[in-house]
Amino acid sequence: MKDLFAVVMLTGIYSLLTASLFLDLDAVDVAFTEASVGAGISTLLMLATLKLVGRFERHTRYKPALALGVVLVTGSLLVYGTLDMPHFGSADAPVHQHVAPRYLNDSMAEIGVPNVVTSVLASYRGYDTLGEILVVFTAGIGVISLLRVSRRTKKDSRKKVPVDMQQQIILRIVAKMMLPPILIFALYVQFHGDYGPGGGFQAGVIFAAGIILYTMLFGLSSGQRVFKPVVLELLSALGILLYAGVGVACLLLGGNFLEYNVLRHDPVHGQHLGILLVELGVGITVASVMITIFFKFTWRTVKHKYKNE
Amino acid sequence: MEILLDILSWIFLVTGSFFCLTGALGLFRFPDFFSRIHAASLTDTLGASLILIGLMFQAGWGIVLAKLIMILFFSIFAGMTASHAMAKAALKSGLQPLEFKGKNEQGQEGEQPSKP
Repeated sequence: MKDLFAVVMLTGIYSLLTASLFLDLDAVDVAFTEASVGAGISTLLMLATLKLVGRFERHTRYKPALALGVVLVTGSLLVYGTLDMPHFGSADAPVHQHVAPRYLNDSMAEIGVPNVVTSVLASYRGYDTLGEILVVFTAGIGVISLLRVSRRTKKDSRKKVPVDMQQQIILRIVAKMMLPPILIFALYVQFHGDYGPGGGFQAGVIFAAGIILYTMLFGLSSGQRVFKPVVLELLSALGILLYAGVGVACLLLGGNFLEYNVLRHDPVHGQHLGILLVELGVGITVASVMITIFFKFTWRTVKHKYKNE
Repeated sequence: MEILLDILSWIFLVTGSFFCLTGALGLFRFPDFFSRIHAASLTDTLGASLILIGLMFQAGWGIVLAKLIMILFFSIFAGMTASHAMAKAALKSGLQPLEFKGKNEQGQEGEQPSKP
């Protein structure tokens, strides 16, 4: 398919379908993440990229037949590999034998959080989540250092609302109406993650989506009046600092790294506090990195626009 | 009372499903982009909201009702706005509604009063 816009849309639809598949499998948290990250913000970022690189694919030089052959061989190998796997949903699969029973049975006594996914993500597997959030942070740093914005571009585009968006009165009014519920919903997802589906990743992405919606319709300068780039960069570092700082605090209080039990006198209360702080760190970093990436992409577009005029 | 609620709820549910069905049918059968958007937005707004209202009668007073109302609010606004934005974008990028094809001059004012 040469039209990359259609490709991006298809990717979004694919993500949404995957999200409903996850929902069908009762993996509500994963479905939530897939819907907000996969269908929501990554589609948006890909569209922003398309704005930079153009909508249509150039003439390709490689032979599609070769690629198809490689994909077919790899795919059949993978399918062959799945033949050895235990049947779907069988009780004696290794994944149900190893640590999962402990998570499911003892999580309520050890962590005291009703949503097992949150307790696994933030407490049992705290190291992994720290790694994930580091990946997000590194991606943000990469985008910041690759897409630099000159001072002149910034001065040029100050206080300019995109012209084609000024005519979109209905969109602007509806976006203004929707923005407060979206942000409140993000906070709800953030702090309700212990009890229901949700958590730092989803909340950060939803928050960022609200801000991005506002920025798209009201111009970059009004978006940046609220979120200054410097503040965003500081915030994205602050979130990860909060996460790692909780770990170090646990160390200083005599526990292991990210062992929240020692944060309070009561281990379960300590776990609650630790999970809350860690999720907050995740949310702050994800939201600010996503907004930063979008701002950088938009700066790039603005620059091209003014160069052409 | 119970039976009245059930009857009302079923009326709404069936009407909503009818609109969803007609929307899907129209999406496939209508001749051009704008009428197809009209059909698709019918599913979004009338179909989904009637089904949600029908579910509200089943929910009773409680947190579920509040959540359903919020979903109704969001789906109505998001659906309508999305179809509006799509139609406007299509019109802007030069796609003309079917009845204005060939008549160049009038095509500029060809914004049909789209009823979602």
